[in-house]
Amino acid sequence: MPVSLLWAVDVYGRVYSLSTGGQQWEQCRDAQLEFKRVTAAQQCCWGIACDHNIYLNVHASDLPIRYQEETYENHRWNPVDGFSERLLPSDRWQWSDVTGLQHQPLDSFILPSKSWEWEADWYVDENFGGEPTEKGGWTYAIDFPATYTKDKKWNSCVRRRRWIRYRRYKARDTWAKIPSEQSGLPDPFNDISCGGWEISEEPRGRLSLWAVSLQGKVWFRDGIYHHNPEGSNWEEMSVPGEVVQISCGPGDLVWAVLWEGQLIVREGIGRDCPQGTSWVVVDSPSPEVGAIHVGVGVNVVWAITKDNKVWFRRGVNSHNPCGSGWIGMVGEMIMINVGLNDQVWAIGCEDRAVYFRQGVTSSELSGKAWKVISVPRDGDRSHSSASASSLQSAGCFFSGEVRGSGLVASASPESFADAPTEPASEAPKPRIPKVTSDSFISELVSDREPGKNTSAAPAILEEESNPAEGEVQDPPAAGIALSPSQSGGPLDPQWSNVDLEEAQSQQAGAGAVLDSADTCSLSSVATYTLALEEPYGADEHPLWAWVNGGGCSVDCHSQLNWFSSLAQSVQSMSLSITPAQTAAWRKQIFEQLSERSKREMDNFRHYEQAIEQSVWVKKGTMQWWRDWKPHKWMDVRFALEQFSGPEGNKDGILFIYYNFNEEKKYLHAFINEVTILVPVLNDSKHTFAIYTPERTKQRWPIRLAAATELEMHDWLALLSVSCCDSRGIQGPPSKQAIWSVTCKGDIFVSEPSPGLEAMPYPTPCDQMFWRQVGGHLRVVECNSVGVVWGIGYDHTAWVYTGGYGGGFFQGLASSTDNIYTQTDVKSIYIYENQRWNPVTGYTNRGLPTDRYMWSDASGLHECTKTNTKPPSPHWTWVSEWAVDYSVSGGTDREGWQYAADFPASYHGYKTLKDFVRRRRWARKCKLTTTGPWQEVPPIPLSDVTILPCTAQSSVEVVPLWAISNKGDVLCRLGVTTLTPAGSSWLHVGTDQPFKSISIGAANQVWAIARDGSAFYRGSVSPQSPAGDCWFHIPSPSKQKLKQVSVGRTSVYTVDENGNLWYRQGVTPSYPQGSSWEHISNNVRKVSVGPLDQVWIIADKVQGSHSLSCGTVCHRLGVQPMEPKGQSWDYGIGGGWDHITVRGNSMEPPRIRLPSLTDPSAPAPRSPLSARNMEVNGNAVRC
Amino acid sequence: MADDKDVLRDVWFGRIPTCFTLHQDEVTEREAEPFYLLLPRVSYLTLVTDKVKKHFLKVMKAEDVEEMWFEYEGTPLKWHYPIGVLFDLHASNTALPWSITVHFKDFPERDLLHCPSNSVIEAHFMSSIKEADALKHKSQVINDMQKKDHKQLWMGLQNDKFDQFWAMNRKLMEYPTEEGGFRYIPFRIYQTMSDRPFIQKLFRPVSSEGHAHTLGDLLKEMYPAAIPHDDEVKRLQVVIHGIEPLLDTPLQWLSEHLSHPDNFLHICVIPAPTD
Repeated sequence: MPVSLLWAVDVYGRVYSLSTGGQQWEQCRDAQLEFKRVTAAQQCCWGIACDHNIYLNVHASDLPIRYQEETYENHRWNPVDGFSERLLPSDRWQWSDVTGLQHQPLDSFILPSKSWEWEADWYVDENFGGEPTEKGGWTYAIDFPATYTKDKKWNSCVRRRRWIRYRRYKARDTWAKIPSEQSGLPDPFNDISCGGWEISEEPRGRLSLWAVSLQGKVWFRDGIYHHNPEGSNWEEMSVPGEVVQISCGPGDLVWAVLWEGQLIVREGIGRDCPQGTSWVVVDSPSPEVGAIHVGVGVNVVWAITKDNKVWFRRGVNSHNPCGSGWIGMVGEMIMINVGLNDQVWAIGCEDRAVYFRQGVTSSELSGKAWKVISVPRDGDRSHSSASASSLQSAGCFFSGEVRGSGLVASASPESFADAPTEPASEAPKPRIPKVTSDSFISELVSDREPGKNTSAAPAILEEESNPAEGEVQDPPAAGIALSPSQSGGPLDPQWSNVDLEEAQSQQAGAGAVLDSADTCSLSSVATYTLALEEPYGADEHPLWAWVNGGGCSVDCHSQLNWFSSLAQSVQSMSLSITPAQTAAWRKQIFEQLSERSKREMDNFRHYEQAIEQSVWVKKGTMQWWRDWKPHKWMDVRFALEQFSGPEGNKDGILFIYYNFNEEKKYLHAFINEVTILVPVLNDSKHTFAIYTPERTKQRWPIRLAAATELEMHDWLALLSVSCCDSRGIQGPPSKQAIWSVTCKGDIFVSEPSPGLEAMPYPTPCDQMFWRQVGGHLRVVECNSVGVVWGIGYDHTAWVYTGGYGGGFFQGLASSTDNIYTQTDVKSIYIYENQRWNPVTGYTNRGLPTDRYMWSDASGLHECTKTNTKPPSPHWTWVSEWAVDYSVSGGTDREGWQYAADFPASYHGYKTLKDFVRRRRWARKCKLTTTGPWQEVPPIPLSDVTILPCTAQSSVEVVPLWAISNKGDVLCRLGVTTLTPAGSSWLHVGTDQPFKSISIGAANQVWAIARDGSAFYRGSVSPQSPAGDCWFHIPSPSKQKLKQVSVGRTSVYTVDENGNLWYRQGVTPSYPQGSSWEHISNNVRKVSVGPLDQVWIIADKVQGSHSLSCGTVCHRLGVQPMEPKGQSWDYGIGGGWDHITVRGNSMEPPRIRLPSLTDPSAPAPRSPLSARNMEVNGNAVRC
Repeated sequence: MADDKDVLRDVWFGRIPTCFTLHQDEVTEREAEPFYLLLPRVSYLTLVTDKVKKHFLKVMKAEDVEEMWFEYEGTPLKWHYPIGVLFDLHASNTALPWSITVHFKDFPERDLLHCPSNSVIEAHFMSSIKEADALKHKSQVINDMQKKDHKQLWMGLQNDKFDQFWAMNRKLMEYPTEEGGFRYIPFRIYQTMSDRPFIQKLFRPVSSEGHAHTLGDLLKEMYPAAIPHDDEVKRLQVVIHGIEPLLDTPLQWLSEHLSHPDNFLHICVIPAPTD
């Protein structure tokens, strides 16, 4: 899990964050101001500062936030000037938006706020629908508005071109004020809460931000999303009373607390209406005591009443946002917040510590117990001067605060009722904490007198007379010493007292000295002997006012170092400094054991062994998918006989004993012939497949099913060890290894033999031995210096750690180190199908011939919400079924797609001819496994490529490029063999999202944009790792490219129709090449290696028993002078999704054919080879 | 050597070259030649000495043969201790091969258990494993195993099949990551000069403050004398599998890697050689 932050504000208004990977609170030092409240999402944090303005802190990321402004320049042709900017009076504006309705000259674009900057000047977009225009970007048409083409025709009367300029959000990792644009906000904000990011994925990064003003009004901030982090404007929401506090969950829950102590729940929140429609009132948990605080998550609501009791709301979900009843919980808190994964954070009433609710799971949302977070703050020991200065500013803050609420007072007498400036002048009213803007002050006071309904003043007086902290100085005197340069005007003496009483303890903890700039702990000992006896004692802990976990991605399984005592954290830190691997004790044991072996055995090898080696047989019962028709599972006995081979290596034979026509028969396979063991988990059977070269040719593996999953894993682990032993393979994969991924996400790796790329007789690729590596990936890429990256189905980037095993390979088949937990999330889709009839419109009653009304994408299998299970028992559902709007072709507001009939092409709007409609439902499931992979946070990726190095080359920094899942092109810095994860991303600007990228030798970077066009990146070099500009390469005609792979000199692409293309004419001086040449069809993916070897994943490969999709194929006959090769050799499959041969830089032993001895002679393109190419060009072999 | 798994192999394949000689009091028909054998350190004497018995029976009359037992320099060797423990305890720092005297009569009833058949060894071995798992996992792992799994452990040891044994034994060596180790470490500390056969108490791999206990921590509590004091000449050696691990070796790691097949960490504390 990537590192994320928990935010908190202490009673002085200082903002701190605590990283899930860290062990101390880090103060947000850049904040010039003190804050009252903060509310966080994973990408940003909002806060209300003491100046009542709202501030936004967008976390820095390697990906910039850039917004593309565009405008169109329109021209009309006239006989005199040709094309000119003189348009007809009825025409559109000379400069307009795409529709032509909006007048948009270049200088009308201004930056929305001070937080933005222009990236560069305006320029013309040369790309038109994936093709370069090469004509200054002009596109032509007969008239406005019409269809534009890139070529000028005789009847082209108008033309237009698109201008682009990017602006970039620059205020990152800093608190930027949100400009208060309108005068419609009469009173300052008092509470703020963001959430709602799970309501919709469109637009990206959308957030709901709710705010409460001092007068109790509620506001909703419109238009916040990734490209507009500040949002657009405030919209007032009518409320049935005066609201004091509001909470917005990640989903569609929004609850607020009314002044009178009831709660209100927002209803009608959805994709189309994130602000909801109406409020429903829910009574306070306890009839006498009103609620003062509420915190909501996805499916939970927690509340606190005025007596500090904690309550949990039963039965809350998005269909029933109000829930069904309250349950009283243990603990006394002053505020509560629900963060991600419904995890709960709170501030204790007695100790003002931050608490975490332990044991909150989706099945037990109320959790088990409160656990205090006890980690030091970064300023606690060292930054004494900083804390002194912040104390000083805290003084300013409070004086400012007083003025602020004074202003408010005239507008709202009620809210002023317990404003502490004039406590004596008001009749004592029941005190309600968290009502005014300075709630944490009043709470601080009220907390000392829990339950007593007194005004603030007596509480303060009690504090004054209570020298609890062992103060040696008069509080007023300390106040002077503390803030000699105090310029905030005369402070209310009572308030400074409160401050200083708290300040004192803070100061002691900081070891600061009041009267000296040179802080020195000695003198602080002299001053505060009592406090320093226990430097980290109970009185010393920071007092918190506010906590927010909206950005803190933890769940009940997270390993946090927050709860340990100081001693422990020091211990674990010191452990991490000395990794166990390099510890002296381990070295000692290794050395002594080998000494022992030498001492006790070396001279006695001729002695007889006490135990004779024998054959070991492991037996079991299984089911076998029998070879003959009708195919079905039959019970068999299964045995592995293991024995020592002639050279001491172990070997074995597999036996399957079965009955055929009452006759006992058996099938066998030699362990050293097994090429791969593939687990095939589904929800009904625990099966696995065994391939040998022969079985690979047949496309018909031995399929076996074990009784239980455990049994299957035991067998697989054992067989796998036996196979590796018989082939002498152990330890991690080599740097040369070929990696591949199946459609189930299983990862396999093969050690290439030196003859794999040999000419003319390479090792047949059905003889390659594959072994499994733990983990779950969709894409894996490597290079020959051992840098391996993977991408999960959830787009998480992973880097290979150098281990092996993991998953179900445990014990001996797995390395002890470098194995980590890996999770992956994917969506399962089902379709709801409906047919229109004249009476009732669209219904779920179809024609008898129709597909199932709930089906898979093909319509052939019935898939209902209840009978659809996760892909295997390893996956668990992590969400509910939800309509998926992100279907290609678009949907209407309810997610429906329409068509004339099943199956047909669907569109996202209804026409008269549409008799059927369907919509897609998605449900997420999650897998947790282990493997030699570590996450590379935080940017999710969709593609990655690593420079394939030749064996001799010694690159220090390995170029690595990637595409984010949003289509941004990224270049990884700092990737070396020792630090394969690299350090940071460098964003490479593009005018459109990309989907595939590949870097070949000599830093040739090729990429494919989402619109299917190819780009070449110019001037990439070690000095300029990101290059300087994109060259648009036209795609093969009428084809949209999908994937690219670049080797030493070869550039191959695959298009969306499965054609494989070779780039002709690529030379060092003209790396863009000249044209595309068709090589093959039925290709799903291509991987070109450092020797220009070409491997693909092919569809529809015919074996002698069956046809397979997703088969690994190897291009034969690839030579320096004949880079396109001649024919395909077929390897493992089907069910394979991805392969990378970019690590294999092993030059094959050179056997030259006589005809090729003279390399200077041009390679003859004989008709024979050309014909061969055509015959074999198709990966289908019939 | 880079991987922890090589330690497992080294431990399993540890062999002690041994010379068996028949005791002089045994009646023979002709002179008995000594018998040389590589004994697996992790096995049991009576399990691996069929060949020895066969060798000496050739020169003896059947009526003179009672139960075979072994003795080293006057000390009867307890077969129910692993061979490596017997060697480390009684014969480390002596010249190899290890010279064991074989007896066929005068069975020392007070010192040794009878071992009429391999099933007795199996019962002893399995009860040790069960005891160890009771300490490590409240017996949960061993109870979850099937009878054939238990058999696999025993057959692995009996036939010297490392893979067969460890395919099953790895389950006994697992523990929940969040706990940082087993519940208790199954260990036994043997000493030469004591009436007690061995020390065995409850000891957790992780201290209450959360840091990992080391071999030194264990000895400090169980056998303080084994830890040399500052600038004192080392009097005692702490030997596991013939080696002396450093005292700061984490106990959990030792238990996972240097335990015998019976899942106990057998620690020998012996007098240090004087030279």
